[in-house]
Amino acid sequence: MTPVPMPKQTAAVLDVDKIRADFPILMRQVHDLPLVYLDNAASSQMPQPVIDRWVRYQQNEHANVHRAVHALSEIATREYEAARDKVARFINAREPREIIFTRGTTEGINLVMHGFGRAFIQQGDEIILSALEHHSNIVPWQMLCEEKGARLRIIPMNDAGELLLDEYEKLFNTHTRLVALAHVSNALGTVNPVREMIHAAHRHGVPVLLDGAQAAPHMAVDVQALDCDFYAFSGHKMCGPTGIGVLYGKAEWLEKMQPYQGGGDMILSVTFEKTTYNAIPYKFEAGTPPIAAAITLGAAMDYLSGIGMDAIAQHERALLRYATGQLRQVKGVRLIGTAQEKAAVLSFTLEGIHPHDAGTLLDMEGIAIRAGHHCAQPVMQRFGVPATARASFAFYNTFAEVDALIAGIHKVQKVFA
Amino acid sequence: MSDGRQLYQEVIMDHNKKPRNYGVLADANRRAEGHNPLCGDHISLSLRLDDDLIREIAFQGETCAICKASASMMTANVKGKSVADAETLIQEFRDMATGKLDTATQSHHLGRLNVFAGVRELPTRVKCAVLPWHTLHAAFHEESSATTESGEF
Ligand SMILES: Cc1ncc(COP(=O)(O)O)c(C=O)c1O
Repeated sequence: MTPVPMPKQTAAVLDVDKIRADFPILMRQVHDLPLVYLDNAASSQMPQPVIDRWVRYQQNEHANVHRAVHALSEIATREYEAARDKVARFINAREPREIIFTRGTTEGINLVMHGFGRAFIQQGDEIILSALEHHSNIVPWQMLCEEKGARLRIIPMNDAGELLLDEYEKLFNTHTRLVALAHVSNALGTVNPVREMIHAAHRHGVPVLLDGAQAAPHMAVDVQALDCDFYAFSGHKMCGPTGIGVLYGKAEWLEKMQPYQGGGDMILSVTFEKTTYNAIPYKFEAGTPPIAAAITLGAAMDYLSGIGMDAIAQHERALLRYATGQLRQVKGVRLIGTAQEKAAVLSFTLEGIHPHDAGTLLDMEGIAIRAGHHCAQPVMQRFGVPATARASFAFYNTFAEVDALIAGIHKVQKVFA
Repeated sequence: MSDGRQLYQEVIMDHNKKPRNYGVLADANRRAEGHNPLCGDHISLSLRLDDDLIREIAFQGETCAICKASASMMTANVKGKSVADAETLIQEFRDMATGKLDTATQSHHLGRLNVFAGVRELPTRVKCAVLPWHTLHAAFHEESSATTESGEF
């Protein structure tokens, strides 16, 4: 195999050194060694301007939203709604009222399960999922199927981790009510051809929910161009805080759906005889929302947009190409997930070494990766492994960090040699 | 060298490559399965008890190196011992791994098993080391399975 040269041209795409200086955590040491953070698919780090936004909100702007006439409540409400506008622009939603703040991807999917699934899916109906879903896009649908007597149909994949589109087309019939699909697989990195797949579903009159947890942080997402009906993602994977996520839904669907939780803010009027629900998106935001987290997520989107999602995607693509080439040259490595279209996720196994041991030994070198089933046990079963080691990259990762990973893997192998 | 790395180098060199008592006993009168749902580790233990004496013991499984080495050393240690003595070791091993027993200053019966004290440095891996012991405890009590998630650690 020929060595892969370090791509030089990408130096121009992003000034990674400058970007890294924004992230205080990237300067810390782990076990007295510089941190090499390659667990971005699990959660990403937060840059100082985004941290500052959280602090500024708590120091100057905090009050409850939509509830009082005093100055602080007005500021908090304005900033919270401004964050909603930012999200709408970030994914190019038609209108801000199509943006619902949630706790994360998981809650977004559960919201669709309750609001859409409970209302429109009946006994004998079918939901199409893919073989590469995260548990959070499997379990809610299983619960619904159990409750309703509906069933799941699964789009199979090939050995590279690519979905079989011919098989997908064959799954549709008059009972199909929903397609729920990952935009990007967290366990394999596969970027699914979602535009084409949404188009196919719509030809059958079936709406599509995309799990965008691994896509929104890494590429420009345009929900109108995709024409998806729902899109769910998490703030903490895109430089935002935990506890906040987004569910986009086409207004026409959101209007028809039943509320998710009941409580304050989601109502127009309440008597003991009857409650009238609020308009969207408030119908789906019961109780005091995560105001600080939503505003901070808005700042994270500003930060990412400032760098540019296309530049981010390009840098990460170069990292992926380099890391894939380097990893392929290490003896005993098996790459799990070799799709043509991939995000910067490398799932792999090392011959004779359990991924958890690899993870622990890499951690001793200051290198943070994830080892395990990545909440995607059906994917592990498909590839016949109990777990994999996974290095997942963000725009602030460097080629030198890829080299550190490879050197770390050699050290792990030495312990087991 | 950190205790964590030392743990790896000492126990993996030996027990991971040449696990003792690896396999299944055909004439076992006690069996138990152990699971760690977090990492997918799975071991099965088979024992032949003669009254109160552990005559034979074997383990098998798909596990990480820490779990495998722990199981290997455990079987080598408890073979020929009484159930009561093994229970003492189970308790001491758990206490050592979770930091309740400081083997450097407190008396114990762990002997070479003391090498696993290093697992305290690897909090996410404590369960891997303890799983075989947990499973042994289950076998004594005729419970067919043990899991690291029962909150007993
Ligand atoms: C593809 C995918 N879907 C859903 C989730 C769940 O996201 P969260 O835990 O933020 O709700 C994740 C995160 O691990 C993911 O990678």
